[in-house]
Amino acid sequence: MRPEDLLCPSPKGLYSPAGDFYVDPTRAVPRAVITHGHSDHARAGHAHVLATRQTLDLMAIRYGEGFAGATQALAYGEAVVINGVRVSLHPAGHVLGSAQVRLEKDGLVIVVSGDYKDAADPTCTPFEPVRCHVFVSEATFGLPVFHHPPAAAETEKLLASVRIFPERTHIVGAYSLGKAQRMMALMRAAGHDAPIYVHGALTAITDYYGAQGLALGDILPVKGTDKAAFAGAVVIAPPSSMTDIWARRFADPITCFASGWMRVRARARQRGVELPLVVSDHADWDGLCASIQATGCEELWVTHGAEDALVHWAQTRQLRARPLHMVGYGEEDEEAAPTEGAAPGAAP
Amino acid sequence: MNRFAALLDRMSYEAGRNAKIRLMADYFRTTPDPERGFALAALTGALSFANAKPGVVRALIMERADPVLFEMSYDYVGDLSETVALMWPRLEDAPAHVPLLSEIVHGLSTLSRSTLPRRLADWLDGLDETGRWALLKLITGAMRVGASARLAKTAVASLGSVTPDEVELVWPGLAPPYEALFAWVEGHGPRPETSNPAPFRPVMLAHAIEEANFADLNPGDFSAEWKWDGIRVQAVAGTGPDGMRAVRLYSRTGEDISEAFPDLADAIAFDGAMDGELLIVRAGRVEPFNVLQQRLNRKTVTVKMLAEFPAHIRAYDLLVEGGEDLRALPFTARRARLEALVGRLSSPRIDLSPLVPFAVWDDLTRARADPASAGAGPDAEAVEGVMIKRADSPYLPGRPKGPWWKWKRDPHTVDAVLMYAQRGHGKRSSFYSDYTFGVWTEGEEGDVLVPVGKAYFGFTDEELKLIDAFVRRATINRFGPVREVVHEKDEGLVLEVAFEGLARSTRHRSGIAMRFPRIARLRWDKPPGEADRLETLEALLR
Repeated sequence: MRPEDLLCPSPKGLYSPAGDFYVDPTRAVPRAVITHGHSDHARAGHAHVLATRQTLDLMAIRYGEGFAGATQALAYGEAVVINGVRVSLHPAGHVLGSAQVRLEKDGLVIVVSGDYKDAADPTCTPFEPVRCHVFVSEATFGLPVFHHPPAAAETEKLLASVRIFPERTHIVGAYSLGKAQRMMALMRAAGHDAPIYVHGALTAITDYYGAQGLALGDILPVKGTDKAAFAGAVVIAPPSSMTDIWARRFADPITCFASGWMRVRARARQRGVELPLVVSDHADWDGLCASIQATGCEELWVTHGAEDALVHWAQTRQLRARPLHMVGYGEEDEEAAPTEGAAPGAAP
Repeated sequence: MNRFAALLDRMSYEAGRNAKIRLMADYFRTTPDPERGFALAALTGALSFANAKPGVVRALIMERADPVLFEMSYDYVGDLSETVALMWPRLEDAPAHVPLLSEIVHGLSTLSRSTLPRRLADWLDGLDETGRWALLKLITGAMRVGASARLAKTAVASLGSVTPDEVELVWPGLAPPYEALFAWVEGHGPRPETSNPAPFRPVMLAHAIEEANFADLNPGDFSAEWKWDGIRVQAVAGTGPDGMRAVRLYSRTGEDISEAFPDLADAIAFDGAMDGELLIVRAGRVEPFNVLQQRLNRKTVTVKMLAEFPAHIRAYDLLVEGGEDLRALPFTARRARLEALVGRLSSPRIDLSPLVPFAVWDDLTRARADPASAGAGPDAEAVEGVMIKRADSPYLPGRPKGPWWKWKRDPHTVDAVLMYAQRGHGKRSSFYSDYTFGVWTEGEEGDVLVPVGKAYFGFTDEELKLIDAFVRRATINRFGPVREVVHEKDEGLVLEVAFEGLARSTRHRSGIAMRFPRIARLRWDKPPGEADRLETLEALLR
């Protein structure tokens, strides 16, 4: 069997001709395997969705219960056979419930990483490299300039600023699924036990993280809170809301942004960020290289991000590599963070 | 070094002056000597290294990194120092020694051209991304964190109960790492002795006068002079205990700008401190500000420039003469001493700023409206208003209210059309508060708008909200934080923009650059098609 018979790019996303299903399709399909709950990977409207329990729950929170015709939950390491293709899910370490998809048929193994990181994150199960013949990797931060420092050190940067400016509000822009909760956990681990205020778009997802057993301390809604409480407080909000009229309630705020993109100054300045925090839920350059090597793969396919540099790197290591030029991924990381009202519970 | 790097990193994103002072103060408070002293030296621009050049940096990264990956990265990041700082591949067996700032400063000033690269690589190995970025910026002399020497000294002063001006007074006698300065400011050391024979004295500033103020002011208590459109300077000279003569020219914030104006050194042939305006005078005539601009912000000055743009001081106050401090004397007494001194100097480079005679305020109103026929003659172009000074006022540092007033000429105004708006920072980060505006000119297919300037103040908070709402409503394009708004002949927003003057510019598409533009009024009533044309502005250049 050729790899292309087991998995190939198609206009709707990665498609398995042998198994007749898609991985993270960008349009509605009869059968989808979803790696994680970010909106560029998990879309509503598929007839049948296979994913981890948590990804299914998060999709239900974001899109409503009827987001798919039928759903099927699969635990990490468990396998199902779809039209003769053995499919199993393995931790990707990206956000709660995120998985890599392993496809196997006739002894050929392909692993689709979805988005992943190999760095520690208390809010989700750690990434596990899975041996395979073909590894399909993302390359969001696929340039050697991207090296994510320890998240604890970046958190300390935030807390030090809170100490220097105790009368100002620090608004931390963070994606509402994953990054926001990770920032909360990081701050708690660093000993910050004051209430953390959140934009309404974060409430339902944060509650779900709590219900999954993550202790995040006092998380209070911005809406309905007296303005005086925001002095010296940390507020977490979706990035898009920071420049929104919503942010005007805070007196003299310091705009922070938790993202791997903050590594590059021009990107941070362009967004008007005053305190960039380099905290990413994606693997950095070294993480990508190490993870690819850990799979023992013979061939590397790169889905989205800075494909060229990673393909070049693989080729200098005698690894067959090609970019898939997939479109439609990585958008949640750019601008399409949920705006007010996009998620249930958002309306401050 | 990592801590200093973290400070620079944070400051590079911080736009607020007070916030910068607090960040620096926090760093000084929590960093031991001599590290903080070398940081202060770096922030005040007191360091420069002969053998460290950007070429060294490029050569180093080429040795270590895959050239294809380097080019891809450089292409993405767009800044050499930053690219190298971010992608620097640490050697597996590199010792994990984090260099101190003091160690780096010492190394950079003592290592030879041949030994430097090796040591630089070691430092880069020991530092993190931010540390490497700061080191490379230090080497290439392009820190650009928006902190003047004055701001850094203000931060030092805030550690204790001394004022920035007191720090300024002792500063010239000090050298890195400034241990005595910190000890004094923090209250566990004596005031450092200053043996500086030519120190800067904090300047006296004026308040802008408004119509309502005149009713309370008696014209007989005041004297007036022209407000010159140059730069405020303090010329100081003295002889040290070692017999060495020192001559210095300071900006109004106390930056030593002597090196940029060597043509004035010989003219400052007195012991004392003189307050005045730096101007360019050619053929006995004061040139407008845009000519003076050719001489500003230059590290070195060519012989050609000296000849083409001769510097001149128009004096209006005398603070010290010989060993005598005149600042407590009334203005009229200081003025008499100044007149006598300038007469004795009889230098073509230094003259007196003439008094403008008036009996009643209306006389002054007329003079201000038409300086040319009120005594300024051909120099009128360089007059930007009048200064009104109480005859009995001592020379007080800062901006005391009452003794000195400035009354600027009415600004030029132009009706321009809002074209682009950009989000502000800090308090204004949710507002579109920086406006690029344009005027009409003839294009290939009829009239088009050409941008002529950018303004981000002049409006009230209420007006800001209105413009912001308009920008959000009328957006036709987005580029990152910038929005393009509708600007057609019959649709768009006309802004009345006030400005102080125009200069020719090759950097602007319109060919002109505006001085001090600000939003004077919102002209909701005016259709954009009736806004001004470029020809109107060009006429002002003649």
